[in-house]
Amino acid sequence: MDVSGNSNSSAFSSASPESEAPGESRALARIGSAARRAWPWARRVRDLAEGTLETWMTSLLGEDFAARLERVPVYLGSSGVDPFGLDPGWTKYALASAAFLHRHYFRSEVFGAKNVPSGRVLLIANHSGQIPIDGAILGATMFMDVEPPRFIRAMVEKWSQSLPFVSTLFPRVGQVVGVPENARRLLEQGEALLVFPEGARGISKTFDRRYQLTEFGLGFMRLAIETKTPVVPIAVVGGEEQYISVGNLDTIARLLRMPSFPVIPQFLIPGGQLPLPTKYRIYFGEPMHFTGDHDDDDAVIEEKVWLVKATIQSMLNRGIKARRGVFW
Amino acid sequence: MTSLQKTPSGSFVIAPEPGKRGAVLITGICGRLGKRLARILHREQLVIGVDRRAFPDKPKDVIHQQVDIRRRKLKDVFRAHPISAVVHLGIMHNPRASSTEHHSWNVAGFAKLLEYVAHFHIGKLVVLSSANVYGPQPENPQFLSEEAPLLGGANFGEIRDLIEVDMLAQSFFWKHPETETVILRPVHILGSVRNAPSNFLRLPTIPTLLGYDPMVQVIHERDVVEAIRLAVTASVRGVFNVAGPDPLPLSRIIKLLDRPSIPVPYSFGRSVLKRLWSLRLTTFPAPELDHIRHVCMVDDRRAREILGFRASQSITDTVRAVDSDR
Repeated sequence: MDVSGNSNSSAFSSASPESEAPGESRALARIGSAARRAWPWARRVRDLAEGTLETWMTSLLGEDFAARLERVPVYLGSSGVDPFGLDPGWTKYALASAAFLHRHYFRSEVFGAKNVPSGRVLLIANHSGQIPIDGAILGATMFMDVEPPRFIRAMVEKWSQSLPFVSTLFPRVGQVVGVPENARRLLEQGEALLVFPEGARGISKTFDRRYQLTEFGLGFMRLAIETKTPVVPIAVVGGEEQYISVGNLDTIARLLRMPSFPVIPQFLIPGGQLPLPTKYRIYFGEPMHFTGDHDDDDAVIEEKVWLVKATIQSMLNRGIKARRGVFW
Repeated sequence: MTSLQKTPSGSFVIAPEPGKRGAVLITGICGRLGKRLARILHREQLVIGVDRRAFPDKPKDVIHQQVDIRRRKLKDVFRAHPISAVVHLGIMHNPRASSTEHHSWNVAGFAKLLEYVAHFHIGKLVVLSSANVYGPQPENPQFLSEEAPLLGGANFGEIRDLIEVDMLAQSFFWKHPETETVILRPVHILGSVRNAPSNFLRLPTIPTLLGYDPMVQVIHERDVVEAIRLAVTASVRGVFNVAGPDPLPLSRIIKLLDRPSIPVPYSFGRSVLKRLWSLRLTTFPAPELDHIRHVCMVDDRRAREILGFRASQSITDTVRAVDSDR
């Protein structure tokens, strides 16, 4: 856009108001006035929909959903939006749908929710299930079962910001672009940041390798040391069975520029597109504190990462042993 | 009285009277920001303006020289007055002007100015750059620090001049430590100024891009002038991002204006804008659409802590300032 508003060419400052497109603005104004006429109707429909949604939310999720919403610590500016674009008005609906899945579809059980400290925290979890439902369920858990209720913040792929709608929706519900500067700033703001160190490797595991952690990234550990943030390890049991993948077609994935292309036979059955209603069990471990030099060699950082990974793996193993079945 | 002093380089310059601040030279003084700055500074010190344009209603004690900064006459201005600070606002950004004219004015003219600043041992140089030098990009961190690379020219060639000016000022900062060089990079300036963000918000129906609603930072022109004043008077140096009130989504800003807006799909909007541009029916080149598509926000921590700058105008006043005439 214009740079300083201070162009030195006299031509520019005198020409720009006149050269504004007369045809363009007239056409736009006409569409604008048509839109204005339709506006009262649209608003009535919207209000009706909003009212129905509200009653549906309280009936399904209980009265305390609204009460919890009031208690979430958010860092809103004078504008009612957080600096990253989180808008509680939007987050409410995203959380309500996630909470519905959490309570009624996957009937999640949560263990050790008391382990989550109230200040800034890095939540490190195993990633599973072909599509990131586990992220949504963890978001609902942090809101419904943890004291005080929190809006979870997670990092999303950079390319998602170039997609229409997605680039608007993600920031409004608290997702931010995955660059280290953003993570640092969120933690300084005292947020709960969810990280899946396995990334795409973890989510696209085939069924025979379920609940075996893949390689962890090191970035989260450097961040935790640098910002002195406690790490809470999380094991999510139940996600691996929601979609049963028997293999990955790498060639097609590469052609479609997707991280993986899983083969999921249940997609062929009508209704199989929905995830299987497995029972989710979520285990929060005790917070771990790390010290040292965040800029250290990979080998030193790896040892610390291994500690977290081993903790999550043993929590997973215990969780699988403890459950009586996949669906109940 | 002023006295002649010999400088290490062997030339004579007029030194200001001890105990009194010398004059401040403002290039591009006839722009809306320049006029406003002159009206504030002339109460405390002598203000000398340099601009090609006329300054019709200038305060009486402001000296205005109607010269082109590329001409040698500029040197006479430096010779004639004891100058303690130079504020460079004279940057042309007229997307319709030829790129040769642009380049010669912005880069060659600025290089000339830097030469004189070094030659006459001016103590202070303030350059008004812009946060647009970082460029809107999908992979931008939410808040860009002063160290972020200047990638604004990647998709938008017209801004490369400004990046070059910014870079020239940066190298001057390192090469001439005796001059306190300040580079200000304000976010979108709103007000009576005729720049793209203000012109965009002045449209009777504001087009937006369907599905895109980036967070936007804006700043009132008055606050920008205040930041320049601070940079001139305080003894600071370096690059400062300057931001106004808390950031808002673009849709909320449009809502503050009470004007209808209409969402347009990106590819359609882009091709229409390109057509309109080639028919000379719009002042917005198509690459500027990226500003209402991706985020380009800055971290203004340095300006707040070192420069002591704080925006005084509320978000409502800032946005509604586009409709004011003054």
